[in-house]
Formats: sequence, structure tokens, C-alpha cells
Amino acid sequence: MSRNKRRVPEINSSSMADISFLLLIFFLVTTTMVVNKGLARRLPPPIPPDQKTEDLKVKERNVLVVLLNSDNQLMVQREYISVTELRKKAKEFIVNANNAQDMPEKKAEEVQFFGEIPLTRDHVISLQNDRTTSYKAYIEVQNELIAAYNELREELAKSKFGVSYAELDDDRKTAIQYIYPQKISEAEPKNYGGNK
Amino acid sequence: MGKFNKNSSSRELPTISTASLPDIIFMLLFFFMATTQMKEVDFKVSIKEPKATELEALEKKNLVRFIYVGTPTDKYRGVYGSETRVQLDDAFADVSQIEDYIVAQRAAMNEYEQSLLTVALRVDEDAKMGIVTDIKQALRRAYALKINYVSRQRDNSQAF
Repeated sequence: MSRNKRRVPEINSSSMADISFLLLIFFLVTTTMVVNKGLARRLPPPIPPDQKTEDLKVKERNVLVVLLNSDNQLMVQREYISVTELRKKAKEFIVNANNAQDMPEKKAEEVQFFGEIPLTRDHVISLQNDRTTSYKAYIEVQNELIAAYNELREELAKSKFGVSYAELDDDRKTAIQYIYPQKISEAEPKNYGGNK
Repeated sequence: MGKFNKNSSSRELPTISTASLPDIIFMLLFFFMATTQMKEVDFKVSIKEPKATELEALEKKNLVRFIYVGTPTDKYRGVYGSETRVQLDDAFADVSQIEDYIVAQRAAMNEYEQSLLTVALRVDEDAKMGIVTDIKQALRRAYALKINYVSRQRDNSQAF
């Protein structure tokens, strides 16, 4: 009878807040909020030491030469330009809408979804920089070149399929990638006009 | 009337119940646990990444290895100087060590994941391309060809 009246003593939970505070502060200190993002690139495989470096035969009209010197000045096709103009220049070069003589050759090819269309698949954007070029300038140039390709792909996806490039399925993405392949070539390192 | 202030010394303020405080703190705790990630390393070099717009997120933490390049922080400047230095994991390293480091890191990964290894370069925007080129050459020799230049998001409208 007296057993029914006995009550289970309450656990004092006033220190619970302190414990959870401690945990909270531990996580605040040991973790970071930032998710790393960046420009994804692919390096060319190494040249075997016994292989002779043959100059690949690329027609001059197919190459867009982008030079970045030690003073972070940008030269495209022997002309000084600012970084803001680079994207437009690169897009013009890749598309070659007017079939100009000094821009990449066009060859008609059969592409899924698109039928037979003239492509500039042989083009190369050759990026060369000096050892004393600043990393910031280099990333800006890389960014503009990648942006040029991304914009072209986006425009093509919009005009052909009416949706954004990111929303396309894999087959359609591959087709667009085939039409605008990312061809940014970086020269083997040399010392360009820099006083080291 | 006139009852105000009577017995004021014996009257007590009601205590605020703190019973829900742990719940609130736990909520905060879970929020931070869900939204943050563990720090990879302690930085010995100070890095301010350059800004860019065409970014891709670095997913799958276990496939990514970082190489940090920047000037030593104030604490280490006395010993290591203020030249641009490379940091691998928790220690300063030389460019010549990168190749071995990447090879060792890749060997420690699962075999089916080895080809997916991405090397993220966290380089200070004021660094010179010379050291970056050397690192890129080392990575090519180590056959770590997937790289990522870690950058911060820049608004499109923002001028250069």
C-alpha cells in the first residue's frame, strides 16, 4: 500500500543545457561552413621522356593564341585586350559564324538530334603564361574561357531544345559537348619575356 | 489602496523555467552538425582564393586531396619566411614531395576509386604561376590529372 505512494525521484536535468552547450561549441570550433567550389580542369598526361616532342600539325587558323605575360597583360591573336573582352573573342572564334578565313575550319558532320551541321571541332585555344604571372590573372582568364564554352552550350541548348543545358539528359548533353568540345591547351611551361 | 510595496521584501520574482533550454541548444547543435563539415587541416599558410563564376562543387570528400599554396601565416613567418610555400596535410612541404604524396594518397584509396582522385589546388590569388606550374607538372608525373582550382563565387554583375 505504501509502495503505490512512493514516487520515482526526478532526474535533475539542469546540467543538460551545459552538456549540450559544450557539444555545440565543440562542433562550432571543429567544423567549417564552406563548401569548396572551383574550376574543374584536366591536365594532359605526361610526355614520356624518350618521346621526341613533335610539333602537332595544327593549322594556324585553328589556333587561338592567348598569352598572359609577367605584368598580367593579355594578348589574343597578337592584340592586347582586356579580360572582359576575352569571353566575346573566344566565343566568336569557336563559333566562326561567318566562316571567316582566319578562324577555325568548318567541317560538316553528322550529330545526333542536329543532323548534318558544320562544326569547328579542330579548333584549339592555346593558353600560355609566364612563371611570374599572378595566379589571380590566370584564374580570371581560365574562367572566361570556360565561361565562353558554357555560354555557347547554354545558347545551343536553349535554341534547339528550349531548356537550359543543365536540365538536358545525357544523350543531348553529349551531342552538345560534341559540337562545342572544350579544347583549352596549355603549353609546356617556358619562360616568356619575363625577368625572373 | 496603499497596498503597493507592502511586503516587497518577502515577495519573490517567479523563476523562469529553463526546462526547454536544452532542447533549444540541441536544435542549434543539430543545425550546425548538419550544415557544416569537419575542417580538413589547420592552415599554416594564409590563402585568399581568387574569384570566379564558372564553379563546380567538389563533391565526395573522400575522393579529393588538397594542396595548399600561400604565404606562411604570422605564426610561422619567422621560421619559414614570407615566400609562397606549399602545405600538404598538416605540414609544410616542398614541390618535389607532391608527386610522392599523391602516389601514396592514391595507394591508400580503394582500388575502384583510384582513378576518380581529384586534386584540389587551394592557391592564394597573389601567388605566382611559377609554383603553380611546378605543381601541375608534378601532378602530371603522378598521373593525377583531374584537378580543381578552388575559387570563390563572384557575382556576374560585379566588375573586375
